[in-house]
Amino acid sequence: MEQNFIRKLIFDEKTRALLIQTLVIGIFAVLIYLVTKQTAYNLEKRGIGTGFEFLNIAAGYDISISLIPYDSNDTHLRAYFVGLLNTLMIAVCGCFLATIMGFLVGIIRLSSNWLFRNIAYVYVEFTRNVPVLLQIILYYTILLHLPKVKQSIIIFDSFYLSNRGLFSPAPIFKDGFSVVIGSLIVMIIFTFFLKKFLKKKQELTGKQYPIFLINSALIIFTPIIFYYLMGMPLEFDHPVMKGFNFKGGMVIRPEFLGMLFGLSIYTAAFISETVRSGIISVSKGQREAAQAIGLKANFIMRLIIIPQALRVIIPPLTSQYLNLTKNSSLGIAIGYADLVHGFGGISLNQTGKAIEIMLIVMSTYLTISLTISFFMNLYNKAVQFKGNI
Amino acid sequence: MTIIKTLFASMILTLGLATANAGTLDVVKERGNLICGSNTGLAGFGNPNDAGVWEGIDVDVCRAVAAAVFGDASKVEYVPLTSKVRFTSLQSGEVDMLSRNTTWTLQRDVELGLEFVGVNYYDGQGFMVRKDLGVSSATELDGASVCIQVGTTTEMNLADYFSANGMSYESIPVETNAEADAAYLAGRCDIYTTDASGLYASRAGYPDPSAHIVLPEIVSKEPLGPSVRGNDSEWADVVRWSLNAMIIAEEKGITSGNVDDMIANSPDPETQRLLGVKAGYGAWLGLSDDWAANIIRQVGNYSESFEKHIGVNTPINIARGLNALYKDGGILYAPPFR
Repeated sequence: MEQNFIRKLIFDEKTRALLIQTLVIGIFAVLIYLVTKQTAYNLEKRGIGTGFEFLNIAAGYDISISLIPYDSNDTHLRAYFVGLLNTLMIAVCGCFLATIMGFLVGIIRLSSNWLFRNIAYVYVEFTRNVPVLLQIILYYTILLHLPKVKQSIIIFDSFYLSNRGLFSPAPIFKDGFSVVIGSLIVMIIFTFFLKKFLKKKQELTGKQYPIFLINSALIIFTPIIFYYLMGMPLEFDHPVMKGFNFKGGMVIRPEFLGMLFGLSIYTAAFISETVRSGIISVSKGQREAAQAIGLKANFIMRLIIIPQALRVIIPPLTSQYLNLTKNSSLGIAIGYADLVHGFGGISLNQTGKAIEIMLIVMSTYLTISLTISFFMNLYNKAVQFKGNI
Repeated sequence: MTIIKTLFASMILTLGLATANAGTLDVVKERGNLICGSNTGLAGFGNPNDAGVWEGIDVDVCRAVAAAVFGDASKVEYVPLTSKVRFTSLQSGEVDMLSRNTTWTLQRDVELGLEFVGVNYYDGQGFMVRKDLGVSSATELDGASVCIQVGTTTEMNLADYFSANGMSYESIPVETNAEADAAYLAGRCDIYTTDASGLYASRAGYPDPSAHIVLPEIVSKEPLGPSVRGNDSEWADVVRWSLNAMIIAEEKGITSGNVDDMIANSPDPETQRLLGVKAGYGAWLGLSDDWAANIIRQVGNYSESFEKHIGVNTPINIARGLNALYKDGGILYAPPFR
């Protein structure tokens, strides 16, 4: 019996594979254990304190770019969330902009217009072959050479552009504005169903409705009507030059803009190549068939080509989103207060907890990346062909 | 880059046994040179000159230690460290000692497992502004944009000072001195704040230094000094007394010019002990008896180092002030050599 088991371990393919896999996992676990133990030992021997208690200590430094209320008396934990939100903000804005630009450029690269096609070609080749860090620094340096704050460029009497950023009026919502917002949300939901309804009607009767026009009108005009009905419950806080800086209003800082431009222009070049390959992957016959039934060029793209191209586009697009998110950690180069800069930099220095903080920062990026992958995989499943082909 | 460095240093901590087993002094002697963590570039304190040779008063402490250990001040390898990675580099054994304008604080001394061996420059945080802003005091800075170097004690002082005075500000955190200079000169910020010595050093490199003033308010105590790992008191003593030897030499009027004359002729017992005329004091530190004489011969006394790199006759133009000897009205004071 026992001999039989050993024979099986060596000669049975399935059992042998299981044995090898168990061994590998075991060795890996032992390695992790040893490294952890050695680290703890080394730290203790050098008299370096360890632990995560520092998260509850007051951070003691200020962060100018913050989506949540934060001041220097708040804890390192809160500083972590400020940094995390800043990282997410640049990642979301960057992905959004990069996707739009990437799709446009990708389509233009396939255009029959020689000039447009080649401009897009030069753009792609230039941006994706220059390190993104250099591009970020380039855009930031250009932004720093905008006029100084006292000589701001004034746009429409209410926007001020200088090398401290773009200052604009900040909206102040008064009582009743929630009704306007409410009407907007209701309209968006309503138009969604209206679209479904009209589509169905079109399928039944063959009559086409200007769905886009109707819905746009509903979404735009309904809130405007409510806005006036409620007595215009919106005011603006205009930025005013006081002392060193503008007071009041809102500001988009050059550090954010530099990151946004750098990341999205760089990533858009990669996305455009992905889009181009996706479109090319759709067989020529599809286009010809669409032309044969008399679809307009615009519809061919929207209804025939893009939906099929998406199957090829989504997986590499996911990795571009991941790249952009990870590249956002370069914010440190130009003073954008992201996760690495604030928590991973200043907190690290104030507390000296290099290993703990690096662990937290790394697992945070891992979590963000896995979350993006998860949702992109869901989306990918949704655009794949259904049924047998 | 700094991330990679931090990670690398963390990796050494996680994986390596590094050098902590043997005493640092033995390791340094064995290796044949001293690895000294220095600034990435701060004129007058630690900066490579036109010929690529490191110089400055922080660098002189490294050179003094090399002179004490090897009798040759040039046997130093400099590792430029940003303020962020410096402690990790020292802790992990990547450098033997740190001499780069680093403030001695409780937390660094105790919680980070370091040992500060003395103070080679008494500093304090100051503010620099353009003259044409017409500001004469730091209390007039409400609403200003402030450029600040991350990874320093400065951020906390800044937050404390502005909130104590009920003022608001916008902070623009940058990574290095050079980036701070660029942002300040471009007008991204109204104020550049760091240790006053750093402001003087930066200003000396500006196109028009006279267009900028350092405001009179000094908002913190920043005793800057060399540090070593906390688990090696033998090595800490070597570095501590190398610095002390320079200060005592100034007290006793021993300079690089007259040191040989002093060895031959000085009747003063402490001078004789310091210069190894009376034998036996070097052995306590694990060094030769002429260790201090070598420091003074090759590096000079504290005053020589100060005047050469940051004194009033240099572009950096800092008066001795607090950094004068205790008997000259400053607070520089070394324990007796006996």
